[in-house]
Amino acid sequence: MTSRRQLQMIGLAASIVALVVLSVIPHLTSATDTQRWAQALYIGMAAMGLNILTGYNGQVSIGHGAFFGLGAYTTALLMHQHGWQFLPTLLVSAPLCFVVGVLIGFPALRVKGLYLALVTLGLAVLFPDLTKHYVHVTGGTNLVALNRTELEPPQWVPTWLSAIGRDDQWAYYVTFALTVVLVIATYLMVRSRFGRALIAVRDHEAAAETVGINAARIKVLAFGLSALYAGLAGSCSVLVDHLANADKVQTFQLSIKFLVAVVIGGAATVIGPLIGAGIVVGLQWFISEVLPRHLGSIGILKRTLGNPAASPAIFGILLILFVFVMPDGIVGGLRRFWARLMSGRSGAPPPTPAPLTT
Amino acid sequence: MSLFLTQLMNGIGNGAIYASLALALVLIYRTTGILNFAQGEMALYSTYLFWYFTDRGLPVIVAILLTVVLSFIGGAVIERVVIRPVEKSSPLVLVIVTIGMFLALNSIVQVQFGSDIKTNLPRAYPRHVWRPGDVQISTDTLVLVGVLILECLVLYLLFQHTKLGLAFRAVSSNPESSRLAGVPAGRMLMLGWALAAALGALAGCLIIPTLGLQASSMQSILVFSFAAAALGGFDSPVGAVVGGLIVGVAQSLTTQYIKSLSDIVLVVPFALILIVLMVRPQGLFGSRRVERV
Amino acid sequence: MSALLAVSELRAGYGAVRVLHGVDFSVDEGEVVVVLGANGAGKTTTLRAICGMIDGQGRVELAGRQILGRKPEQNAAAGIAHVPQGRGTIVDLNVVENLRIGAYTRGDKEVDADIERWLSVFPRLGERRDQQAGSMSGGEQQMLAIARAMMARPKLVLLDEPSLGLAPIVTQMLFRTLGDLNREQGVSMLIVEQNANLALGIATRGYVLETGTIVTSGSAAELAGNDEVRRAYLGI
Repeated sequence: MTSRRQLQMIGLAASIVALVVLSVIPHLTSATDTQRWAQALYIGMAAMGLNILTGYNGQVSIGHGAFFGLGAYTTALLMHQHGWQFLPTLLVSAPLCFVVGVLIGFPALRVKGLYLALVTLGLAVLFPDLTKHYVHVTGGTNLVALNRTELEPPQWVPTWLSAIGRDDQWAYYVTFALTVVLVIATYLMVRSRFGRALIAVRDHEAAAETVGINAARIKVLAFGLSALYAGLAGSCSVLVDHLANADKVQTFQLSIKFLVAVVIGGAATVIGPLIGAGIVVGLQWFISEVLPRHLGSIGILKRTLGNPAASPAIFGILLILFVFVMPDGIVGGLRRFWARLMSGRSGAPPPTPAPLTT
Repeated sequence: MSLFLTQLMNGIGNGAIYASLALALVLIYRTTGILNFAQGEMALYSTYLFWYFTDRGLPVIVAILLTVVLSFIGGAVIERVVIRPVEKSSPLVLVIVTIGMFLALNSIVQVQFGSDIKTNLPRAYPRHVWRPGDVQISTDTLVLVGVLILECLVLYLLFQHTKLGLAFRAVSSNPESSRLAGVPAGRMLMLGWALAAALGALAGCLIIPTLGLQASSMQSILVFSFAAAALGGFDSPVGAVVGGLIVGVAQSLTTQYIKSLSDIVLVVPFALILIVLMVRPQGLFGSRRVERV
Repeated sequence: MSALLAVSELRAGYGAVRVLHGVDFSVDEGEVVVVLGANGAGKTTTLRAICGMIDGQGRVELAGRQILGRKPEQNAAAGIAHVPQGRGTIVDLNVVENLRIGAYTRGDKEVDADIERWLSVFPRLGERRDQQAGSMSGGEQQMLAIARAMMARPKLVLLDEPSLGLAPIVTQMLFRTLGDLNREQGVSMLIVEQNANLALGIATRGYVLETGTIVTSGSAAELAGNDEVRRAYLGI
């Protein structure tokens, strides 16, 4: 068996284990922890979407929190104001976010690299302002809160899947199911012609065009798809967090979280963003809740690291260090590690691209 | 008419701030090719230092000088420690690193100096409003524009008439060839970041007494400065200044005359950025880089 | 006479790809030494390892002192001037500024005089003294790159495929100039080239580099008379 095949088998086995574990989480943990796991999942969904755009297609966006917010508001308003059930709202939020993503994708064609990042920052900053201004129901803030009845699972959901009074389980399982669906969709997409076209356009757009790929269409579609994922994630967040809140701070922070999840997990890998999301959420929980408790005794550490305002600093510094050490993320790092293990056995160096000049 | 001129003057005053920070952005872009999303937070930290020094009783001018010098050193250190390892990386990594710095600096400031709003900041010059013929011009505007002119003069002399400035320009254009000629390229990069940090620090010290100092103080200023740099051209110092003034005036006039935009005022700079980057990506004064296929 | 530049057992490469597998050659003072090689032989890698742009193992001695492992800036200060492949002019600076940067490592007061001198040696540059380097033709940029190298008053000039991308007439003039510089100013040169007709014409000695090792060496006349060399590198 080739080393690549071995790696794939290991990956598959790990995925199955993860699948099993994730499917029983709500029955093993408290409501708050279940909520956290669900948060990791929906951030993972959005990160997978962003990965399609940024990892596979090379367009860096720090504004996807806006699409997330769009999905969240759509679902929240439909449920809160018009009494919809959750699942039907997805039929609205997904296409809506896709279309908006496509619309944004067109002007994005003309802006590249770091400049695009700058422009997408505008998305994250302006979306909250625009919704606050033009969506009157939020009453001047950015918050739409849902009450218990609106959040209850529909009648057809069996109780073993969500115990009465534990709507966190319903929220979790919906999110989990959607995540699995998206993972499969992403996996298929990446291996399809579309996926190869994404990568071709990222690596050398002009060359891709010469073999008949319509780069503009690919790039715009990538934007739309990434927005769709983010929108679905936003919709799920309404169930999980019981509200939709896309204020400026939140939207910006979410945009960053998605990007960080992609980078930490491994850009241009299917599972990477999910792993990254898990790490991001876990790390934040660790820094803001576990760390202060255990640093209580050491004065100066408590004042600095224990200060709740410090968690972004710790996060930011760790992020920078991580990128120094593992620029291609955890999955990328694992692959490299695996390749080195394999080459150690066979004695041949791993193939590296030859330089262009001598 | 006098209202229009007053707003114009205010706009020029604000524009001077955006121009200063835009100059810093351009310096960094010219040397290391990076859009520094953390520029505002670097200036924020410097401004908090300024507050700290004046809070401890140092005279204002001394505090400003000390802050600028420390920021200069800090900028060089940041380039060497944080940026140098990732200089040649993909845009994705670069965005992550500068945003990591943004998050880190913003929260370090709150941990080190407290999250409350600081209001007792001393002014370097008295507040006064001149009224030539019904038009209001504040000392703020005059000082900010004056400092901007001074900065431009110093930078011009440095870059065009000194060996150090020539070496800096050489490294900005072609680091490899410069090294072959004996220029210590790394040190020039540090110089670029050091100057940018110093510019940001000076801008912060001058504007903050008017605005009040809190953790979010620099964020919208940064957005306007990015708009200024984009408008002028990210590789053009002249563009930064002109862009800054245009953005300042545009902001001032739109908030005055288009009331409906007043609470989504950030639409103006972002729309500007988008339009410029789509229509004329090199900005008004930047140079067009031909992309080799 | 001890060698100005003595290279022995030089190994170098890029990451896991090894390009040079133990290269030996030398340049004596006043000589023009040519290293011939096809694409991929390791010519550019050799020059880069010598001036410190990439890492290498082995010995590289300049006037008896080991310089392998030092940074390019240090080697420039020690007297090596490298004219890289593709000329490497600093495109945003004008002609005079390019020349002035060439003299960066010098601290004496004759820099301005030297600038005028080189502008008169290369009249085309003199005519364009305030023109941006990036807007000049390939031949003019090559002249500028050479003049910039000379501004450092170097002990040794490394030239990486100076004829690349230049029209034949320009190349002829280029090598004539290089020959003059060597004869009249005594400038020692190490030139790597693919197309060797003109290079051998001004050279004292030469080597042939193939896939990372030296396979032939001799005087310029010997190499020019060698059948295999003629077939592979002189297009005969």
